[in-house]
Amino acid sequence: MGNAFSDRDAAQAKLAAARIRRSALEMVYRATSGHLGGSFSLCEILSVLYFYELRIDPVRPDWPDRDRLVLSKGHCTPALYSALALRGFFPVEDLSQFRDIRYHMSGHAEMRHVRGVDMSTGSLGQGISAAVGMALAGKLDKKDYRVYAILGDGEIQEGQVWEAAMAAGNFGLDNLCAVVDNNNIQIDGTIEEIMSPYPIDKKFEDFGWNVLCCDGHDVKAVHAALEAAKTCAGKPTVIVAKTVKGKGVSFMENDCAWHGNDPDAAQYALAAAELDAALAACEKEAERCE
Amino acid sequence: MNKISTRSAYGEALAEIGSDERIVVLDADLQCCTRTEKFAALYPDRAFNVGIAEANMVGMAAGLAACGKTVFVNSFAMFTAGRAFEQIRNSLAYPQLNVKVIGTHAGVTVGKDGATHQCLEDLAAMRAIPGMTVLSPCDANETKLVTRAIAQFDGPCFMRLGRLEVDQCTNLLPGYKFVFGKAAQLTDGDDVAVIATGLMVQEAMKAEAILREQGIRATVLDIHCVKPLDTEAVLAAARRCGCIVTAEEANILGGLGSAVAETVCEACPVPVLRVGIRDEFGRSGDPLALMELYHITASDIVEKAKAAVEMKRA
Repeated sequence: MGNAFSDRDAAQAKLAAARIRRSALEMVYRATSGHLGGSFSLCEILSVLYFYELRIDPVRPDWPDRDRLVLSKGHCTPALYSALALRGFFPVEDLSQFRDIRYHMSGHAEMRHVRGVDMSTGSLGQGISAAVGMALAGKLDKKDYRVYAILGDGEIQEGQVWEAAMAAGNFGLDNLCAVVDNNNIQIDGTIEEIMSPYPIDKKFEDFGWNVLCCDGHDVKAVHAALEAAKTCAGKPTVIVAKTVKGKGVSFMENDCAWHGNDPDAAQYALAAAELDAALAACEKEAERCE
Repeated sequence: MNKISTRSAYGEALAEIGSDERIVVLDADLQCCTRTEKFAALYPDRAFNVGIAEANMVGMAAGLAACGKTVFVNSFAMFTAGRAFEQIRNSLAYPQLNVKVIGTHAGVTVGKDGATHQCLEDLAAMRAIPGMTVLSPCDANETKLVTRAIAQFDGPCFMRLGRLEVDQCTNLLPGYKFVFGKAAQLTDGDDVAVIATGLMVQEAMKAEAILREQGIRATVLDIHCVKPLDTEAVLAAARRCGCIVTAEEANILGGLGSAVAETVCEACPVPVLRVGIRDEFGRSGDPLALMELYHITASDIVEKAKAAVEMKRA
């Protein structure tokens, strides 16, 4: 923790992100459904959070003093569940239960059935409000835990997001940090084509937030932004993280068709080859940094 | 005795139990109307006004509850059960979080504010959510008892309250016994069962007296918990009386009348006649005049009771 984030840490964070991405592909292919595009855009953000930032203990998912993470874009469970499993909340093999009728690892985030999930989400716009409530509870109880909320950039078209933004600004919840996964694409097209929420930074700023921007695939930049957020007193922070939807698989990048489609066998083979190669490169880099 | 609205009794009860540090109260700019202002004055650190933003209020309640708080969220029934329906379903009920959703100003007796503020669909909407507990106390005494009870149980619920000042009832009946979730049998009769909720319990009691003068003896059941319904008490009344009249200040589609009909038709089919708003919107007017206009008074219950007895005999 702290501000130090060495080259070795960065290499490990990249490696964890590559593992999350590879695992997410496997889950969606096996389940023949799920959301890859928005999961792939999140991998570095989740990797830095779960492996370097969050004060959590996989053995005690209900630890009252833990940091909380609310995946407000609750459809991106392939990335979230992979991060939780790789972080040790439950066995990686259990990821094969994803979207399977015999189990309770549903398509959207499940706090009652998946260890480590802090809030059930899926209906867009609602998770950020829950995060505001958690941050308020932390202030009430004089606890020092932090609350993180990850929002989609399409999601912030929901009016409830701005109700929540207004409340967080008004209550001065500096223990709250939202991350907007700004991959620029929603189901029906680019966010500007459908209903532009830009300028995202100015909107949050006007609601009384501290605003930071970074490259959401640069683990050092993500880490630096998350650390900078902790130093801002009296205001919640939002990190607008510029990302690429479908990041890491050439034919999925920046294509809204990969919001919620699952790959066929040939597409899976191509995607797996690309992600395996990226993973191998990350492993090499991590070894070099040891 | 003084008439007291159920919303006022709730506000008093909330202040009375407010020393419980787990309790957090959220309002959306209606503290004065939902009567949470007493709690807010006593415990300002645990009372939050989130502005006119009910969706966020319910979501915030979910987050507070996930951190161990017992949260009361307050607004008019139209804006909790109505406007924030999906937040209640997905952020509270599905994850089974410990939030008490309060809907004041339910029914046509809101009065002159008219249809947009007279929620008639809350019982149906909240009943339709899996696992949701739906409460509708009739008077000040029962409202206080229910408020204390829901603060103790761990889970989501909805409580419907009224704006109109209503007669005290249950505290004046020597035989009244409050058991949370159970029907209270207020009178004893074999001819017809009148099953009522909210302020229609008082109307049912008036109807019972009128019917008694006419030689018809009614069992009156006071239902403070519309879901889960006390099916044992409902079926016992069906078996004993052979016909039922239900009474509620809500749309007859999906509320108490529906719940009673669903129960008896599967286990003990008897005639069930429903007194309630007959699938239409309210309008501006004096509360008591509106009750007459929409046929939800004691005399309407009397008419339906006689008709039910006739059906039974036919």
